[in-house]
Amino acid sequence: MKIEKYSGRVVEGPTENVYVYEAPVRLWHWITVLTFIPLVVTGYLIADPPRSIGPEEATFAYGFAWIRIIHFSCAMVFAVAFLMRIYWAIVGNHHARALFLPPLWSLAWWKGLFSQGAYYLFLKKEPESWIGHNPLAQMAMLANFVLGTVVIIVTGFALYAQQWAWGDSWMFWFGWVHVLLGEPQAVRTVHHLTMYYLLLFAIIHIYMVFREDVMGKEAVLSTMVNGIRAFKSKEH
Amino acid sequence: MTETYYDLLRRQGISRRSFLQFCSLTAASLGLSKAGAQEIVHAMQTKPRLPVVWLHGMECTCCTESFIRSSHPLVSDVLLSMISLDFQHTTMAAAGHQAEERLEEIIKKHKGEYILAIEGSSCLADGGIHCMSGGKPFNEKLRHVAKDAKFVISWGSCASWGCVQAAKPNPTQAVPVHKVITDKPVIKVPGCPPIPEVMTAVVTYLLTYGRVPPLDAQGRPKMFYSQRIHDKCYRRPHFDAGQFVEKFDDEGARMGYCLYKVGCKGPTTYNACSTIRWNDGLSFPIQSGHGCIGCSEDNFWDKGSFYKHLPTILPPGWGGIEATANKVGLTAVAVTGAAVAAHAALSAIQQVRSKSSNDKLAVKE
Repeated sequence: MKIEKYSGRVVEGPTENVYVYEAPVRLWHWITVLTFIPLVVTGYLIADPPRSIGPEEATFAYGFAWIRIIHFSCAMVFAVAFLMRIYWAIVGNHHARALFLPPLWSLAWWKGLFSQGAYYLFLKKEPESWIGHNPLAQMAMLANFVLGTVVIIVTGFALYAQQWAWGDSWMFWFGWVHVLLGEPQAVRTVHHLTMYYLLLFAIIHIYMVFREDVMGKEAVLSTMVNGIRAFKSKEH
Repeated sequence: MTETYYDLLRRQGISRRSFLQFCSLTAASLGLSKAGAQEIVHAMQTKPRLPVVWLHGMECTCCTESFIRSSHPLVSDVLLSMISLDFQHTTMAAAGHQAEERLEEIIKKHKGEYILAIEGSSCLADGGIHCMSGGKPFNEKLRHVAKDAKFVISWGSCASWGCVQAAKPNPTQAVPVHKVITDKPVIKVPGCPPIPEVMTAVVTYLLTYGRVPPLDAQGRPKMFYSQRIHDKCYRRPHFDAGQFVEKFDDEGARMGYCLYKVGCKGPTTYNACSTIRWNDGLSFPIQSGHGCIGCSEDNFWDKGSFYKHLPTILPPGWGGIEATANKVGLTAVAVTGAAVAAHAALSAIQQVRSKSSNDKLAVKE
């Protein structure tokens, strides 16, 4: 099998199975999924709490605090998993780096990006075959997922830091976010909007994965389970 | 012999017992130990009284109004007499040239010794002519008096942040004190007005220790501005329980539920209102049923509605002036969802077409 440098395009077959996603990458992916879902739900509820929960004595009720505890706990796991993912981008195989450092200098990569774009716009019938992420997917990962994740983690930590005084503890590390955005209310708004930004990514990501698996030339769904990119055999 | 605070108090007929009470209360509010109270007693009895010069810039005098109502009667007695003896526009007897002479006298006599407390912001537009004091632009006067001051205190949100005078579009170019006096540390005591007990405690700290109290990264005394209203709010259990006021006339409002959903800024405001409270510890805004408006925070006047939890983020005309992050986000999700569905449908059609053409080819072969 011949693979184009940088773009990861499969130039010519025969196509054998390739091990692309190492275990830490797959583990990180599913931790992110498992924490992202409760984060979105609890985050929405924190921004816009449900109607008051019953007239019982506040001493015995702890409903909203549970929502917040779930949000904070999941956020910590989400953030630590992302840090681990960055570490793995450094020490892992070159597919582990694709999210963070797309080869923007490579002409072949840009060609791949437009060719894949044309395919998705129904301007091109047959898609190319890719070993890892196709260039367009890489771009979306960087601009949407990675950027969104960094912003949501940093603004989230800045909001969390508010339980300390200015210049102390977490506020020492994240106070600059409040200064940069002007005020804590703006940090809240950015955190909230970034949640939607990531939600848009999730919708498109899930759709694309299923579409690729059905219509594309490679298996995509199972790759995040066993790490193996399997190429569908040609029909004739 | 120079007069001490203690001499002054005794002269005014205040008993030693009341004096010791004041010292312990102040030590407690500063978060000091029992030894701290002793240090305050010692300082008040031995250190010469620090003259205080209180200047007024662009302000509403609410800081002064707050200060002269400090709860412990002793506090107002002490500090008010102390200040009126020196220089304070609102409370001193002198006026006009007499007052200005007095100011110059203090600056000369107590060079490098006096405390400068400023109430109100300064302004820079058109050479500062929008705020004149004694025939001179206020910012010039401010620089002049600050040059020989030992400590500089910014009373209230005007002096600390600029307050409503600095609200957009800020035609007079109102600026807080630390933008004018840049060569000295400025102690910010924000609030509109600040809590009187906080004000007297800051002055007492300066007298006792002769140094600036520990300040947070924003320049505010840590003992009063290191926690949010929200973290010490007596309605916090309702927040944790998920019991919110939805409207100001609903059952929740009558039950004293949390005001988070009607725009309370307690979660983003650093101040001591929920612990020290106002009017001799009687109440504070949240206790009287109104959310915190965040008056001690920078820029609070330009942050949008006091009664909305999520601020308006789109300009008028785009989905109405009420468009919040949720509306924008849900619209984006709906549009993306529709686009994905349309793309999926087109893809399915294409798949079916190519399959049937493949089948035809297979039949021909």
